[in-house]
Amino acid sequence: MRVLVCVKRVPITGGKMVLTADEQALETRHLGFTISPHEECGVEEAVRLVEANGGETVVLTLGPAEAEEQLRDCMAIGADRGILLRTDGGDWDAQSTAAAIVDAIRGEEPFDLILFGNESADTGNYQVGIRVAHALGLPVVNGLKKIELQGDQVRCERDAGGTRDVYVVPTPAVLSVLEGLNLPRYPSVPGRLRAKSKPLAVVELARPEQKLEKLRLVVPPGQGKQAEILGEGAAAAPKVVELMQQLGVA
Amino acid sequence: MSVLVFVEPEDELSLQALALARTLGEVRAVSIEGAYAPAAWAQALVEAATDAEAIVAAGSDRGNELLAHVAARLDQPFAANVTAVAGDTVTRIRWGGSLIEEARLHGSPRILTVAPHTQPAAEPVAVQQLSLAADADTTVRVLETVAESSGGVSLRDAKVVVSGGRGVGSSEAFAIIEELAGLLGAAVGCSRVVTSAGWRPHTDQVGQTGTKISADLYVACGISGATQHIAGAKGAKKILAINSDPEAPIFSTADYAVVGDLHEIVPAISAELRRVRS
Ligand SMILES: Cc1cc2nc3c(=O)[nH]c(=O)nc-3n(C[C@H](O)[C@H](O)[C@H](O)COP(=O)(O)OP(=O)(O)OC[C@H]3O[C@@H](n4cnc5c(N)ncnc54)[C@H](O)[C@@H]3O)c2cc1C
Ligand SMILES: Cc1cc2nc3c(=O)[nH]c(=O)nc-3n(C[C@H](O)[C@H](O)[C@H](O)COP(=O)(O)OP(=O)(O)OC[C@H]3O[C@@H](n4cnc5c(N)ncnc54)[C@H](O)[C@@H]3O)c2cc1C
Repeated sequence: MRVLVCVKRVPITGGKMVLTADEQALETRHLGFTISPHEECGVEEAVRLVEANGGETVVLTLGPAEAEEQLRDCMAIGADRGILLRTDGGDWDAQSTAAAIVDAIRGEEPFDLILFGNESADTGNYQVGIRVAHALGLPVVNGLKKIELQGDQVRCERDAGGTRDVYVVPTPAVLSVLEGLNLPRYPSVPGRLRAKSKPLAVVELARPEQKLEKLRLVVPPGQGKQAEILGEGAAAAPKVVELMQQLGVA
Repeated sequence: MSVLVFVEPEDELSLQALALARTLGEVRAVSIEGAYAPAAWAQALVEAATDAEAIVAAGSDRGNELLAHVAARLDQPFAANVTAVAGDTVTRIRWGGSLIEEARLHGSPRILTVAPHTQPAAEPVAVQQLSLAADADTTVRVLETVAESSGGVSLRDAKVVVSGGRGVGSSEAFAIIEELAGLLGAAVGCSRVVTSAGWRPHTDQVGQTGTKISADLYVACGISGATQHIAGAKGAKKILAINSDPEAPIFSTADYAVVGDLHEIVPAISAELRRVRS
């Protein structure tokens, strides 16, 4: 079977959101980068499916040249090859991201499953996978915490506030997944070495006009307050219990 | 402006979406009954929206999913989790609420969902039921609903959550977190480092990609306070952080702080609770 996973490079922001002076982006000069935990689970699931059934896992990202790092990370845990839709690093809205991914998929078909994160870590537009599915005429199920291949169908489970909804759809299908789907493995040293020589296709893209056009970013209030110190070490316990009683929870 | 609003029955978030929709223009509220089938439901919404100038829903799992389908069908942009609208400019949340974006939404109709808990709820209005077209594609629909396999107090609705991070050190050491949670009738939570290490299941994870809590008190033990963790914790009314590092970022989000080793402090709090109760 062939599985495609779409991932997106995002900064690891740590304890604080810091913007660039023009308020157009996060200040990322001192930050590392990663992909969303949802997408990590997508890659792990794809690799497990291919380990069990044979075939190929392809990872795709649209992003700057540096996003190769995230594709190599995915290859280190078992993806077979990568596709980088290379941009100049500027913003792409969800519509143009989806259109570019669709073009790339058309040149690579067929895939049995195309996996997305439910929402990206940074912009959280909740839509790239759905737009891709519409353009390709494929069924799409979102928010999945469990995927089970049953012949040429896939059974999917999704949280529905205390219970789980079950869907069964024919493959090929587009699925968007959530963290908790599985526990992704850590890349091994040999895995990292192998990843370096796995094939990577690069396609240059020019940015189309943006229909959801970012004007500026703002850090919400609340960052940077100071907690009231109740005390140090075990000696603070009576103060803590007093607080709990005041709050009506003890 | 005429605004089509998708609402779900007895849903607080739908009423909040209605409140924002009212500020845009004249509202027509619609709902759909029967087994959830996102593509087919979106088709019904598109058919009902022929003269709508805006289409609005709650920024819930279903609201975001349905309007993404609607936007894909209409090939229009869609702004998820909007907190305010002024002309063609929307304010929306990113990074699970840790960052705010102002953006221009080109396109017609305007398609947007309303970020949860950013508007007061509107009074309920008359809701029109839409029916699905005879040729609606229901390939993707809910076939059955099964029970979720988790016991204990639900993290999302718990009044108190006692949570542990990397500082707890091991799966066994969570016994002190569980003991305190037990005494408070609280749910146990954790950070992503803990779930990635396999110390606790992902159902316990608080954060942007875990559960967003709404407790009266959140007790964060050995958690540094990464923005993605706080994205799930800030729904709590009060946050108490226990951390050995006086410079830990969580102390600039928390309301109360205890500095020191959680392996001493947490059992001391449990002991003190027992003492005052006896
Ligand atoms: C490297 C990069 C950096 C960016 N930085 C900024 C920024 O700092 N500020 C800003 O305003 N905008 C930025 N953008 C643009 C913005 O992120 C777009 O809105 C985005 O590409 C599409 O929406 P989304 O990721 O929120 O989609 P969602 O619909 O929320 O994403 C769902 C899923 O779609 C897939 N997906 C999404 N994007 C990509 C992608 N690029 N490649 C492969 N799969 C993808 C993933 O599986 C993801 O989990 C950036 C885009 C890229 C590629
Ligand atoms: C896109 C994305 C999504 C994410 N989603 C989530 C999410 O949903 N939830 C989540 O939690 N994280 C999430 N993360 C990860 C997040 O960025 C942090 O890596 C994580 O929250 C850190 O966990 P931690 O605080 O337990 O560990 P650390 O950051 O390592 O902090 C450990 C803390 O424990 C303290 N400590 C150590 N020993 C003791 C002791 N004996 N007594 C007291 N204190 C002690 C230390 O001082 C330190 O502050 C996400 C990351 C990304 C990039």
